[in-house]
Order: sequence, then structure tokens, then C-alpha cells
Amino acid sequence: MKFTVPLAIFIVLVIVLAVGLKLDPRYVPSPLIDKPAPEFSLSALDPPETTITKKSLGGRPIVLNVWASWCVACRDEHPVLVELAQKQAVEIIGLNYKDTREDAGAWLVRHGNPYRQTIFDPLGKLGLDLGVYGVPETFVIDAEGIIRHKQVGPLTLQIWREDIEPMLLRLHDATKS
Amino acid sequence: MGGTLWLGCVLTAAAADIPQTFADLLHAARYERLLEELRCLVCQNQSLADSNADLAQDLRNEVYRMVTAGQEEAAIREFLVARYGDFVLYRPPMKPLTGLLWFGPLLLLALVAMIWRQVARGAAAPSAPLEDADRARLQALLGSRPD
Repeated sequence: MKFTVPLAIFIVLVIVLAVGLKLDPRYVPSPLIDKPAPEFSLSALDPPETTITKKSLGGRPIVLNVWASWCVACRDEHPVLVELAQKQAVEIIGLNYKDTREDAGAWLVRHGNPYRQTIFDPLGKLGLDLGVYGVPETFVIDAEGIIRHKQVGPLTLQIWREDIEPMLLRLHDATKS
Repeated sequence: MGGTLWLGCVLTAAAADIPQTFADLLHAARYERLLEELRCLVCQNQSLADSNADLAQDLRNEVYRMVTAGQEEAAIREFLVARYGDFVLYRPPMKPLTGLLWFGPLLLLALVAMIWRQVARGAAAPSAPLEDADRARLQALLGSRPD
């Protein structure tokens, strides 16, 4: 009886600290979830004459992957994207963020190109509108252009299976009906 | 991953921070004030004014552009919150989601005060009088005579 109160305080403290340990302090919830993706009109990485707009990507759910040739973690993530693009009918759009055409192009040649199209954003303008703060980042955007999901940091097959794939399936079903 | 990102903060520390010039002193003051109150998302414990991260530089440029275009402080804050969330503000707005942040310390203080009172009362309260049987045993143990 005498130790009930200290014991209770101790247990609560342990729980709070344990939860705190599990949290990722780098994770910042995006205010853009369930909001329309920003409008943009940027040239494609290749060929440069092609212009990509929000409208040109619309009509079906897409996975938008923000990457750069200078981004170390992108290199870890890249094989996952290449595998997904080969195995599954996933529409992956690249957003090349604050990079140069030469570096980005050479990077895709060396590591493989999983992107159906890559938006070239050398000044990070679209990146800013999307609230990008740590590449790589991956967005799921539905057929109506609404942002449904955001993943900060490298994509893994586990994250794909647990978070992104179920979301895409739901969105596909919603588009059909 | 966290490691590489932190390294990024250190490596970009050498990045040139082009000093901004203002035609209007009011704009200069607004710019300074905003940079102190906005948080960099890469080096999270630094304001935009302090951080040398690449992103902080981009956001400083954006704030500069908006300030010199004559935009109000609130509008600029809103612009950044719309993209990065309340997290960019060092002084978050008071709303249900941030309630714990604002009132958590008070709550904790109240809890401690309550426990303190409980403990103090327990110490001050006189212990219950002994039962007759216990008294007899105590006297037997101490070997004293009953009075």
C-alpha cells in the first residue's frame, strides 16, 4: 500500500519514456494530407522540351518520389523503386529535386530508371510547395490530385507493403467505382 | 539515415549565406523577426536565422522574397504553415492539438502539488490508537508495568 503511489508514478514514467524512445523526432506530420497537390508546370528531366503539369499527371493514382543525385539515402532506396516498377503495375513519377540535368541523367543511367516520367525541379519550387524537407520523400496522390500519403525517408519493401500498397489499392478501387 | 542527415547539416555549414539588403527598414525588421521565430526542419533545434542547412537557406530566400514584395508577417507565416505545418513555428498557435504543449507543464505542476499534499498529510496524521491486545503485547515485550 505504502508504495502504490511511487510505483504508479514509476510505471507511468516508464511508459512515457518507452513511447518517447519509439518516436522519430525527425517525423513531422504533413499538413498537406487530404489537400490538393500544388499546381505546377515544369519541364521533364528527359526530354527537356516536354512540360509536365499537375493536369497531365491526373486521372489515375500516382506515387511521386522526390529524389536527387546528391542524396545519399536515395541510393539506398533506389533498388526498391526499380524492383517495384519492374514487378508491379505502379505508376511512379520522379521529382528530381535541386539537381542538374547532367548529374540526374547520369545517375538514372547508372542505377536504373523506375520512373515513367521525371519532373525536373532545379530550384526546388515544387519541393517547397510540397513541404519537402528531407529527400527522399514519397507521396501518394489520388486520381483527383489529392495528396493521400507522405513518406519521409527511404522507402523499403516493408513500408511499401504495409503503408503504400494498401493505400494504392483503395484508391484504385475508388477510381473504378 | 538520421546520421547522414545530421552530417548534411554540418557539411552545408560552409554554404555561403548571401546577406540580404533591404530598401525599407521595416522590411528588414520583419525579415529578422520572422527568421528568429521560424524553425528549420532539417536541424530542428535551430531557427531559420541560425541554421546553415540547405533548406534553411531556401526558406530564408523565400521569406526575403515575400517580405520585399510587401507581404504581411501573418501571411508569410501562413504560407509556411500550409506547407510544413505548425512545426515551423517556435510559438505554436493555441488549439486542441497543441493543448498539451501549452498546458502540459501546468498539469504536471498540479499533479506534483496533489501528490505532495497527500504525502504531507500522511506524515502529519496521528497513527491509530493501539488495540488492547496489541497494547498488552507491547507492554510484555518492553517489560514495563501497566499503569
